[in-house]
Amino acid sequence: MKELISVSFGEIALKGLNRRYFEDQLIKNIRRAIKDLNIERIYKEQGKVYIEAPKPNFPKIISRLKKVFGLVNISPCIRVDKTMEAIEEASIKAITSKDDGIRTFKVQTNRADKNFPIKSPEVSRIMGGIVLNKFSDLKVDVHNPDMYLYIDIKQNAYVYTEKIRGYGGLPIGTNGKALLLLSGGIDSPVAGFMMAKRGVEISAVHYHSYPFTSERSEEKVKELAGILSRYTGKIKMYSVNILEIQKQINLKCKENEMTILSRRFMMRLAEKIAEKEGLNGLITGESLGQVASQTIEGIGVTNASVKLPVFRPLIGFDKVDIVHIAKDIETYETSILPFEDCCTVFLPKHPVTKPKLEDILKSEELLDVEYLVDEALENMKVTVIE
Amino acid sequence: MIYLDNCSTTRPREEVATVIAKSLLEDFGNPSSLHRLGIRAEKKIKEARAIISNFLNVEDREIYFTSGGTESNNLAIQSFVRKLSKKGMHIITTKIEHPSVLNTMKFYEKQGFEITYLDVDDKGYISLSQLENSMRDDTILVAVMHVNNEIGIVEPIMEIGRIIKDKNPNTIFHVDGIQGFGKVDIELKLGKVDSYSFSGHKVHGPKGIGGLFIDRKHDIEPVIFGGNQERGIRSGTENLTGIIGFGEAVRLATENYVKEREHVKELKSYFADKIKAEIKDIRLNSRLDDKSSPYILNISFLDTRGEVLLHYLEENGIYVSTSSACSSRGTEKSHVLKSIGLGNREIEGAIRFCFSYENVKEEMDYTVEKLKASVSEIRQIILR
Repeated sequence: MKELISVSFGEIALKGLNRRYFEDQLIKNIRRAIKDLNIERIYKEQGKVYIEAPKPNFPKIISRLKKVFGLVNISPCIRVDKTMEAIEEASIKAITSKDDGIRTFKVQTNRADKNFPIKSPEVSRIMGGIVLNKFSDLKVDVHNPDMYLYIDIKQNAYVYTEKIRGYGGLPIGTNGKALLLLSGGIDSPVAGFMMAKRGVEISAVHYHSYPFTSERSEEKVKELAGILSRYTGKIKMYSVNILEIQKQINLKCKENEMTILSRRFMMRLAEKIAEKEGLNGLITGESLGQVASQTIEGIGVTNASVKLPVFRPLIGFDKVDIVHIAKDIETYETSILPFEDCCTVFLPKHPVTKPKLEDILKSEELLDVEYLVDEALENMKVTVIE
Repeated sequence: MIYLDNCSTTRPREEVATVIAKSLLEDFGNPSSLHRLGIRAEKKIKEARAIISNFLNVEDREIYFTSGGTESNNLAIQSFVRKLSKKGMHIITTKIEHPSVLNTMKFYEKQGFEITYLDVDDKGYISLSQLENSMRDDTILVAVMHVNNEIGIVEPIMEIGRIIKDKNPNTIFHVDGIQGFGKVDIELKLGKVDSYSFSGHKVHGPKGIGGLFIDRKHDIEPVIFGGNQERGIRSGTENLTGIIGFGEAVRLATENYVKEREHVKELKSYFADKIKAEIKDIRLNSRLDDKSSPYILNISFLDTRGEVLLHYLEENGIYVSTSSACSSRGTEKSHVLKSIGLGNREIEGAIRFCFSYENVKEEMDYTVEKLKASVSEIRQIILR
């Protein structure tokens, strides 16, 4: 009898011929997430991955696994030989360790090994009888039980009572790489999370206007990237100072175009970094209509500054829903810390909400765009965040 | 590096650092232990206490060690209020106190106490007539700071003490002395001060140590209960290293106090004059005479943002503070600058320079030069 942890995959089970590739990447990601927790062995057995490690480390391992994309369920389980006696012993042990306020149960057997002589419903029936006998206060409820007793019969038999939900999605690294425009706000970390959940490897770029913004706000962004990296693995973060760009816009262009012009510069800078680093797209936290620059016209004009695909996973989300995810992934508390940027100096009082591309292009003619972009990138700083 | 943020904290003196390093390894005994090591530790505390009581011209047994200014203010106010709440529920303080006083007051306000917040004039002085008129039979405590931490104004403690005790001899007079201790003269007994709080790291001592003077005629109850250290007023094993370092800092302050203050006074007026001559559109928010602490100079550079200016100076190795955090929500504006009647334009561009004996004239010249350039650059952006 051995106690271990099992994990099951979601969507990747459907990936046909690519399944092997997805599984291998997932196991690699699992291994990386828990490598410092004295893992003894990780193996595959008929559609699930099993992890052997010292039992005191289980809570930590489970909490890390919950953040690995591609996992649907995580279960602490007991592995025994494929005999009814061993399964009985494991079932009693599993229920004994759980026995808190549980009144009803149901046994659910899955017999993957068709050579096992007793069929699933029969195994469930026999084990149900044994449990009823042993635990006099438990009753069977097949519709809405307090607890399931799961029995998987494969090469070995596995008994467990818990299915802890993972985030699902696809293993990181199976869907290319993209550059996240990461601000200190609530939205962009969530956008990064959503794309990472679809298997995208994330890098991040942060724009600041030091000394018009505080070094503390940069620290805050690094902290957000740090929280995000619990899901994504290490994140390469590029910090770019755009003060000179803002100064030039401020000096030469219309006040109400400040935001949209800055956004176009941010996209251009991001695209340059992405091209140089071999990334396949950009990610922003834009949500339609949330602020003046995120109108459909504003996004159109911003978008026209780059050729790479721009992913906006939050485009149709209400703020409350974004906040909900931010709280769930634990970026919210950091996002709302009040290290406000003095960027407000550059915030127009009435930003243009329906910019026309030709007007904006005309304004940009007043600026030496290429020079400003190159100069900003020259002073870029890179940090690796883990 | 040019360090002009000495109101936030100061660099410990070399001697203090040496004494601390030595004491950490040698005097680690628990002062409550019965053996020789304990007795030696106890003796060290006694020495430090004597240095401080001597400096303040009070008795040894009137000095209690705490973790710092905030604790001292809390301990004094909470202990006295707890003791006297049966006699009255009215407290007087000012609008320009430190948060460790103001937030304690807010707490008591919620508990049903009536708090009078005294106004200040455009220099930061409380109105003595308002104080006099606010005093009542049920006024249990008056808390006024000695030196304001943002603008450096020195409140007239002697007169305030006299007014309070004339009106109601039972009213307790607490003075927050965090920015005054070791920098501006005070006679606690003559000023009829009942309690006075002070801090180690503002006078080139270590952080995490402070003190509270309580006049010996008062018998107060502790806020924290335990092993009855500090004569029952402040339980918890003494911060021996902190106390020793603090003692050393005050010993050196006692020796050098007058000389250093004169030096700083000269620097402040030199610096202020130079800024006035070189930079337009400024407002001095601190006085330059003896009614202000020579250690503090608050200036508004109009049409700039204090925080941006701070970062510009930092780029040049100059460290200062703003009085108000730059905030678009406008919620973090300095309550002190607001109380002396400044508008947003003045508050947003306010910088606090705080000097120490270590600063020299050349640093002032360099700082003014960098200030001038930075202010003009920021104004170009803001006033386009």
